[in-house]
Amino acid sequence: MDLHAFIFGVYPYIATVVFLLGSWVRFDHEQYTWKSDSSQLLSKKYMRFASNAFHVGIIAIFFGHLIGLLTPHQVFLSLGVTDLAHQYTAIYAGAVFGSLCLVGGVILWLRRMFNRRVRAASRWMDINILGWLMFTLAMGLSTIPVSLQHAAHGDASTMIALSEWIQSVFMLNPHPELLRNVDVIYQVHLFVGMSVFLFFPFTRLVHVWSAPFGYLTRAYQVVRMRRR
Amino acid sequence: MKVRAQFSLVFNLDKCIGCHTCSVTCKNVWTSRKGVEYAWFNNVESKPGIGFPKDWEDQELWRGGWELVGGKLQLKSGSKLERLLNIFANPDMPEIDDYYEPFTFNYAHLQNAPLSQAAPTARPISQIDGSSIEKISWGPNWEDGLAGEFAKRSQDSNFDTIEKDIYAKFENSFQVFLPRICNHCLNPSCVAACPSGSMYKREEDGIVLVDQDKCRGWRMCVSSCPYKKVFYNWESGKAEKCTACYPRFESGMPTACSESCVGRIRYNGIMLYDADRIAEYASTPNEQDLYEAQRKIFLDPHDPAVIAQAHLDGVTDDWIEAAQKSPIYKLVMDWKVAFPLHPEFRTLPMVWYVPPLSPVQSHIDQGNIANTAEGLFPSVDNLRTPLQYLANLLSAGQTEPIRKALNRMIAMRLYHRSIHVEGKEDKRALDAVGLSVAQAQDMYRYMAIANYEDRFVLPTNHPEISLDDFHAFQGQNGFTFGNDSSPGISASSLFPERRKSSVESLKPAPMAPEK
Repeated sequence: MDLHAFIFGVYPYIATVVFLLGSWVRFDHEQYTWKSDSSQLLSKKYMRFASNAFHVGIIAIFFGHLIGLLTPHQVFLSLGVTDLAHQYTAIYAGAVFGSLCLVGGVILWLRRMFNRRVRAASRWMDINILGWLMFTLAMGLSTIPVSLQHAAHGDASTMIALSEWIQSVFMLNPHPELLRNVDVIYQVHLFVGMSVFLFFPFTRLVHVWSAPFGYLTRAYQVVRMRRR
Repeated sequence: MKVRAQFSLVFNLDKCIGCHTCSVTCKNVWTSRKGVEYAWFNNVESKPGIGFPKDWEDQELWRGGWELVGGKLQLKSGSKLERLLNIFANPDMPEIDDYYEPFTFNYAHLQNAPLSQAAPTARPISQIDGSSIEKISWGPNWEDGLAGEFAKRSQDSNFDTIEKDIYAKFENSFQVFLPRICNHCLNPSCVAACPSGSMYKREEDGIVLVDQDKCRGWRMCVSSCPYKKVFYNWESGKAEKCTACYPRFESGMPTACSESCVGRIRYNGIMLYDADRIAEYASTPNEQDLYEAQRKIFLDPHDPAVIAQAHLDGVTDDWIEAAQKSPIYKLVMDWKVAFPLHPEFRTLPMVWYVPPLSPVQSHIDQGNIANTAEGLFPSVDNLRTPLQYLANLLSAGQTEPIRKALNRMIAMRLYHRSIHVEGKEDKRALDAVGLSVAQAQDMYRYMAIANYEDRFVLPTNHPEISLDDFHAFQGQNGFTFGNDSSPGISASSLFPERRKSSVESLKPAPMAPEK
């Protein structure tokens, strides 16, 4: 097995297992460390714009990837979504939300690096993971010019190869060879992106699991009874 | 009717000397840790003043507490959806500078400095990042004893409806010490605002706590508490607050702040209330009626119907007895001399305050203070502290109940003065305010003498009822950041559960009769 086959045939599973098992172990044994780790108390400046831009951007990108890549090709076609339409939607939505996320994230990163209070309260991993996310994002945004060229020539093969590969990984029947001829920038983005999942359980990112939607349907007051 | 017991306190402002012993005790017990150096679960403010954190009473600024929207209670920070939409950056969140940048002094320099002509000094350094602070410009008690310019202090929200310029003059100035802790509200807005559901009110005693394991640091409690008594620990990323010293309280001891109070101004006790009527009373249309509404929610612990229902709702006999002897009940219900802090926030707070009679005896003796029409005692309208100011603080601006309370306190003093100074009992003042001699004697005993056993009437908790397995937790239960009081955090665990269950019978022993 060569490096390519390892990265796109084995690494996805390593990352997924660490992501899921790591999250579970941490939730089980270190729940006191399970938190958003906000630094808003220490510095509010820029937070309203930067944090919202970063979060809205990254959530939109996540679900864009999820839907765009995991929906089988046939489903798109039967819904009347042509490959070209799919491509342009992905490019423009990715560009808009990616830029939003990048602007917000860079402000947050600068704040984390250079605001003396936030810096003092930052752990090594807080700085690293934000930097890594920004790097992943930059790689993702760098694929846009290449994708635009593909779209201009009506060439959907890369997009289809990417989504077939990720579907093959999900079906536990990985086909790393699908990515052999894909432009290297996509491959870099994929590797860096998969690594986010590998790092996930060891960072503040775990708060994503705890997105509090239940709050909307909960009664206002919480009273704990004597017995569980 | 659903009877619940509530741990409650009364602070007698008439006797508070502003010594901060409570604050220091609390700080040493609870917040001398990294991340909460700036937090004071107990602080004492000098009023008028903007307080700690800055302007905490101004809910147009912080949007804490509740408001009525179309007759229904809603958090002032908006709907649940609005709060979730603001979760990435809470717009109402105070910043560390609204409290103060916690500081210490570089004491090591005193010993490590090289030999020099001038003596070395210990300069202030930030407790957040250790950097040197040029000049400390704000602190938890910056306005102590009316320090600072009046222009700044008079930003105090309680001055909003008062001609405050009169009080800018030295001879007209006044001061009230206001010790503050978490109010352990009956309708807590912090709990209601917590997206992760980590904050809760304990059913057995009403203490409001943050589950340190479940808190995710969404910060909504910090801004939604109108008293700003939930603090964000910037090190742990969790919310922390006054715990009513529950490990002490559970074993029948008063809170650390109450125990250490040198002025003996703090009362700890149990109140029974009707949990079914919280929403109804908290949504009383006119905010000036909230004080009376909250008095109505309390149940008479001598009423046989209440006692019967209390038994059904799991309130044990020793707790009912404590409620019957509660100093809180006497001050709040019998003598009507204690008031909730800012009832207009609609959280139904459970730390109540006896308003201060300004120290005026010598003024009265010199005839500087006009007497009431009957000529018996000085009119409360002529006391140093404006009645309206106290009313804005304690009864949503309604002066009448405060006036009555102050008159009762004056009458009690005059009655005892007639006995101890003049040697001849004079009941005219008591008659004028509708107090019986027995009541005046009791008030004297509780408010003037304030013996330990009268101030603190606390039943012990019943771990045999409250814990899953009380034998197993013996000797390993108390305050922790972990999860000592339950077998594990999640229902299903990856790893073997800690074996904390015991082999003894879990059926609680019947309670022995007390007498």
